Amino acid sequence: MAESPKISLRGVHKSFGPKHVLSGIDLDVGRGESVVIIGGSGTGKSVMLKCILGILSPDQGKIAIDGVESVGAGSAERDRFMRKFGMLFQSAALFDSLRVWENVAFGLIQGKGMARAEAREIALKKLAQVGLTTEVAELRPAELSGGMQKRVGLARAIATDPEIIFFDEPTTGLDPIMADVINDLIVSSVKDLGATALSITHDIASARKIADRIAMIHDGRIIWDGPVAQLDDSGNPYVDQFINGRADGPIKMQVLRP
Amino acid sequence: MIVLNLLAHIGRLFLGFLGASGRLAIFAGRAVSHVFRPPFFPLITLQQMISIGYFSLPVVGLTTLFTGMALALQIFEGTARFNAEGAVAQVVAIGMARELAPVLGGLMVAGRVGAAMAAEIGTMRVTEQIDALTTLSTNPFKYLIAPRLIAGTLMLPFLVLVGDIIGIFGGFVISVNLLHFNAATYVKNTVDFLENVDIISGLVKAGVFGFIVTLMGCYHGFRSRGGAEGVGAATTNAVVTASILILTANLIITRLFFSN
Repeated sequence: MAESPKISLRGVHKSFGPKHVLSGIDLDVGRGESVVIIGGSGTGKSVMLKCILGILSPDQGKIAIDGVESVGAGSAERDRFMRKFGMLFQSAALFDSLRVWENVAFGLIQGKGMARAEAREIALKKLAQVGLTTEVAELRPAELSGGMQKRVGLARAIATDPEIIFFDEPTTGLDPIMADVINDLIVSSVKDLGATALSITHDIASARKIADRIAMIHDGRIIWDGPVAQLDDSGNPYVDQFINGRADGPIKMQVLRP
Repeated sequence: MIVLNLLAHIGRLFLGFLGASGRLAIFAGRAVSHVFRPPFFPLITLQQMISIGYFSLPVVGLTTLFTGMALALQIFEGTARFNAEGAVAQVVAIGMARELAPVLGGLMVAGRVGAAMAAEIGTMRVTEQIDALTTLSTNPFKYLIAPRLIAGTLMLPFLVLVGDIIGIFGGFVISVNLLHFNAATYVKNTVDFLENVDIISGLVKAGVFGFIVTLMGCYHGFRSRGGAEGVGAATTNAVVTASILILTANLIITRLFFSN
């Protein structure tokens, strides 16, 4: 029997009232693969991610992690899934009441019950991995720049050595150089852990850099899916319009952000 | 047509009210169930107890001090109309312990703690910090809500007990210094007159009010949506609903304790 994909979505639907956000998403992410979902604002990227994480529950369809169905899972099972996950949030979502190292060590201390001193060592190591010093570790998140907050968020996401890491718009709001630094860090930390990565972004440069495979979401469906090398000759007019950032094309009524 | 529209409007309001009550009941049930199931967070609970209990002392102390003083003046003047000025000590004691310290303490804490809680949890919600907790294998109900509910329910009785003492002391100061009561007699009247049930009913009220305040702060914070405006609305709603529920619960508990 073939190995089951790390993440598998089949016919996932999600609506908020009359608004259909996801209308049948099919997607497989293989072990150790880095898949990037591209698509405009409001096309359902974040909702899809939250469905996989279990923060939202889909109206219809199946989501399996390592071949185990996760929709409707009990809290013990949900806990087991969560232990495999790491997530970098768009706004970094650092806990502002805690110091930087406590943020990074949070999953180790609260989630895994590790002793504080030991967790602090690991946190400092992870912070060093994203290029942050011990002095930064003692600061509060509010004292950091946006790029530094993203790096702390990344360190927190990889602190528990997760098998699957999710990246929600990892480069949004950063200058191009800092965005590239973050991209490099994402690539290296995912490779180091041998983790599976699923990212959502509308930053094409970032997608090219961190993806093995790219899928484009539009109107709640995956409309194109292929290796990153084929992105430029996808033959799909939607993808062409999106990656070239043109206002004219088959995608209407969408205001694309740079 | 106008009548029909009016009826439809009332119906919608009523359905909205039922929906909100149901959501709150489910939230409360879920929150309380997590209070009793491990893992527990004793350190965070202790921090919350200090922030709710210790740091509310000045507010509750000042409120009850001035209320006790004003109460003594009012009762003296009022009872003088039928020559019963001697009852000031007893009325101040019973009024503070049974009614004024718990209700005013509860309302002041709703303004101080409930609002801050709704703002803090609401900001955590809109900045995805609550989702981040979930992804770090930490249940927000256990980490954020259970410690606050425990701290609120335990600390408000403590505050009210201190408030009782300060309020009665306020009445004493006015009575002795301004109304020329004998200090020893005043104290003796207070101690002889007060019964356990007067104090205990006030402390039970305080426990319930503490639960209400923290539950409303957490509930509205947890459900807040859409940035600064949403957090602002959550803060207002937390204080308003907590205040109304405190006044309602006060009547019910009073009735339960003193129905015959």
